Amino acid sequence: MYPRSMADSDCIVIQGSNMAECHPVAFRWPMQAKLKGAKLIHVDPRFTRTSAVADIHAPIRAGSDVAFLGGLIHYVLESERWKGDPFFKEFVVNYTNAAMIVGDALKDTEDADGVFSGLMQYAPGIKEWPLDGFVGQYDTRTWQYAESPARPRATPPPAGPPFDPLVRSLLTPPPRRDETLQHTRTVFQIVKRHFSRYTPEMVERVTGCPKETFLQVAETILANSGRDRTTSFAYAVAWTQHTNGPQTIGCCALLQLLLGNIGRPGAGVMALRGHASIQGSTDVPTLYHSIHGYMNHPSALKRHDSLRDWLLTETTPRGYWANTPKFMVSYLKSMYGAAATKENDFGYDWHPRIIGDHSHLPMFVAMNEGRVKGLLCIGQNPATSLNASVERKGLARLEWLVVKDNWLTETATFWQNSPEIKSGQLRSQDIRTEVFFFPAAQVAEYDGSFTNTQRMLQWHFKAANPPGDCRTDLWFTHQLARRLKQMYAHSTLPRDEGFKHLVWEYDSDDPHERERGEPDAHKILKEINGYYTDQPDRHLAGFGDLKDDGSTTCASWIYCGVFPSPDRNLAARRQPDAPNTPGAQLEWGWAWPANRRILYNRASADLRGRPWSERKKWVWWDGVKWTGHDVPDFAPTKAPLSKAAPNAIGLDALSGSDPFIMKPDGVGWLYVPTGLVDGPLPAHYEPAESPVANPLYRQQSSPVLKYWALDGNQLAPRGDPRFPYIITTYRLTEHYLAGAMSRWNPWLTELQPEFFVEISPELAAEKGIGNTDWITVSTPRGRIRGKALVTRRMRPFTIAGRTVHQVGMPFHWGYQGLITGDAGNELTALVGDPNVSIHEGKAFVCNVEKT
Amino acid sequence: MAQPMGFFTDTTVCIGCKACEVACKEWNQLPARNGGIGTLSGDSYDNTRHLDGIHWRHVKFIEQFSPDRRDGRWLMMSDVCKHCVRAGCMEVCPTGAIIRTEFDTVVIQSDACNGCRDCIAACPFGVIDINPVSGTAQKCTLCYDRMKVGLEPACAKACPTQSINFGPIADLKKLAQARLGQLEQGGERRAHLYGADETMLGGLNSFYLLVDKPEVYGLPPDPRLPSRNLKSSALWSTLGAVALAILGVFSFRERGARDV
Repeated sequence: MYPRSMADSDCIVIQGSNMAECHPVAFRWPMQAKLKGAKLIHVDPRFTRTSAVADIHAPIRAGSDVAFLGGLIHYVLESERWKGDPFFKEFVVNYTNAAMIVGDALKDTEDADGVFSGLMQYAPGIKEWPLDGFVGQYDTRTWQYAESPARPRATPPPAGPPFDPLVRSLLTPPPRRDETLQHTRTVFQIVKRHFSRYTPEMVERVTGCPKETFLQVAETILANSGRDRTTSFAYAVAWTQHTNGPQTIGCCALLQLLLGNIGRPGAGVMALRGHASIQGSTDVPTLYHSIHGYMNHPSALKRHDSLRDWLLTETTPRGYWANTPKFMVSYLKSMYGAAATKENDFGYDWHPRIIGDHSHLPMFVAMNEGRVKGLLCIGQNPATSLNASVERKGLARLEWLVVKDNWLTETATFWQNSPEIKSGQLRSQDIRTEVFFFPAAQVAEYDGSFTNTQRMLQWHFKAANPPGDCRTDLWFTHQLARRLKQMYAHSTLPRDEGFKHLVWEYDSDDPHERERGEPDAHKILKEINGYYTDQPDRHLAGFGDLKDDGSTTCASWIYCGVFPSPDRNLAARRQPDAPNTPGAQLEWGWAWPANRRILYNRASADLRGRPWSERKKWVWWDGVKWTGHDVPDFAPTKAPLSKAAPNAIGLDALSGSDPFIMKPDGVGWLYVPTGLVDGPLPAHYEPAESPVANPLYRQQSSPVLKYWALDGNQLAPRGDPRFPYIITTYRLTEHYLAGAMSRWNPWLTELQPEFFVEISPELAAEKGIGNTDWITVSTPRGRIRGKALVTRRMRPFTIAGRTVHQVGMPFHWGYQGLITGDAGNELTALVGDPNVSIHEGKAFVCNVEKT
Repeated sequence: MAQPMGFFTDTTVCIGCKACEVACKEWNQLPARNGGIGTLSGDSYDNTRHLDGIHWRHVKFIEQFSPDRRDGRWLMMSDVCKHCVRAGCMEVCPTGAIIRTEFDTVVIQSDACNGCRDCIAACPFGVIDINPVSGTAQKCTLCYDRMKVGLEPACAKACPTQSINFGPIADLKKLAQARLGQLEQGGERRAHLYGADETMLGGLNSFYLLVDKPEVYGLPPDPRLPSRNLKSSALWSTLGAVALAILGVFSFRERGARDV
């Protein structure tokens, strides 16, 4: 969903987010819903500025979200309303995988003592990169649907183009279904059994949320879901920064699918992403493991030896991803231009390949081991990031470090005034790292686009020249690429072929900008949007035009259509809908894919294509085509009841009532047979550090989480009496991330001038701490000092029968800036989620003492 | 004259983001206290504490929690000059620096202010103080410069949740009544409007929807003008003068008698 759609919700649950404080501008939409009478629920360890305007605040201890959501799923499935309302049945049977039958080798957590079948020892990657950090791994074969062999049946044909025969060779028989949902191995029955132990009493025991508050939340959500009402959820990094983040989000999606709250107005799961273009940074990715448009990066660890192998591994024959060959070939044409031909696999061999997990955490472990020579640090401040001391020690082992930022960040000066220098642990003269600082231009000083959390591109225009030597990020990347290309121009090494053939033609046509060395942002947008290879002035109008034979060039298929002709940059549109008309503001900016605002919006209509209700009308079948307030996310003229074509590929393999067109089976997944490495269903595991034993399973924490054992990264064992309290970290409205952009601005620093730690009066009394006293917070990794803010907005929890205190602290401070203070991340650990390698910064344990 | 303009601040949708404070400072180029370097107040999330010559908007935070947390509220309110229809500051200003504009708002003209501080004491809401940069008394102008070119005040523009509503007073009163009705219908019995009618200083052109007693928000329940003391002090002055005169007459009479 997207934030504006929250104004159409009848109930909004904010969990894993402090939306009012951290996304105050988007929070206008929940407030508009509230003014129209919607219920607002905030589920959070703290009573925050979001809780202050919510109808219900449900307190839970940090790290217990799956238990709370699991409790909601159990409550819904057992409720008379859910069982009695035909809407839920129709939605769940037809639009989700509830009816699919899972193979009989699956053992759920109910059968396998808290873990799933297939758990085994982790076999490390290759010797050049033994840093993936898993503590265990799953063989996922037993999680699959029944009778869908993992291997393709046909012998794959040779590489194309055309690639259709290759895609067709991947077809396997469709999974078996039982639409009565009675078969014991249907997804529905497995889900029901799996969550049977998540009773309201258990929710209270695990999360600390009073049972009556939990029931009030459950009843409010259920009462506001159905044919005529919708409930939405919003989350942010307080769901992701855990050792089971994706499972928490999946758990919410499961609940929302059961309630028919996906693909409809005011429904869904709102992922509140971070700063202005964090969405853009994963679309046109800075992620190590994907290439543009969420395709998997070629890897030395997978069967990716040739373009044909890559396509055989990465393509799914049913659903829209069957078009992967078109996306990939057009991408390779964008990389290597005329040099990419059918004969040389469109230059696939020149493309770099990954050899393991190269994300933030293992990269800094590698730095500590001396495996990394240099680092370009742009828009990041690792010196105050996760387990900051370990990160700074990694920086100190680099040969060179480039920091490009608006201000001298802690990362730029770590060699001079970090805590290690002050304590004498490191001496500046012993640090060999050569640090280069590039002053960066601000966003209003150049043309470009933002992609915000609703996948919407909005063009921004240059308002002024940057001062002095400040240069844009575009300039930096452009000049770096040009210089590297010059360096490699005469190389004869095969590994440099890619750089030699890389197409890089973004010089500005404006004489002034050209002299400054700035590239032309429109040329970059054109490359991303795509064009006909033989007629570069003819832009592609949408990803439906992409071809797999090299005749189209397109860097990012999902952005195809934003710039359909040289005079129409749709991201620059600023035309709002007329007031009080139902609509999706389709003339404001441009949202990928194809300017759709609500994804999978076919689900906003019933099986026959009629709106579920007049009030919740969004996209419907008018007898000839799909139409509505939004761009339909469906084949435009495929009739609602049309059958899937047998042995077809792509969208033809899906029926007229399969709304989830990116999924190979066309339905939303309650149960995830493929794609996650830590289980097909969410289960409550304790954070890697917890003061309590897991009340739900014998398995304490995720059996496959990522942890790196190195000096300064110790974890506290379960129930360690030295660290009895749960601690969580967060942002304040007044500051931004590590403070590099806000602790220099006196208008902001006077609003929150000092680092503080929030504790309850109960804990303060136990420890003899008064309001604004200096206190020391410690973990096995470090200790920091801050001022105590004693407030009843914090509360002790009763977990499994005993009192557990919850501590909270913002992480905005560091040793540079107008105001300075200890960084909260001195306390966090390099421990993370096995799917996406994000760290667990939202729940760990600590001690608190008066200084 | 243009129609009276002002603010209606609905505190029930304020999220305490302080965007109004920052937008006000940015537009009016007001400095931070002590260059932005301060200490944690320990009073909830309020670290600027009060309105003064360089803080023309101020967000108050009031924590109300029972010991067992069964009842809990965190009230927030963005405070500002009330632009009173009968304004105490105007009444006492000896130089005429404080004027009523065509929008029925109250503005201090810096170039005519002599910094005498009379208005600071005269304001029943504690809004005004000396701006150390100019050395004159300053407060919210309701962005008089922006209004003159048809723009809304910076704080209202920046408010993400429509807590700060700007517009013609007549429209704002309707909006406020509707919101009050909605809250009452939803069972909120503590909601009331503060300063929306003429009984309070002839009406506040910046009025509020509150959900607790005004004192809880640091607002006077019954603000009065400095001239409230005129009658009584005039009476006492007269009586005093008469008494003195009588005393004088008596003492002189006796002295006169002795002299003779």
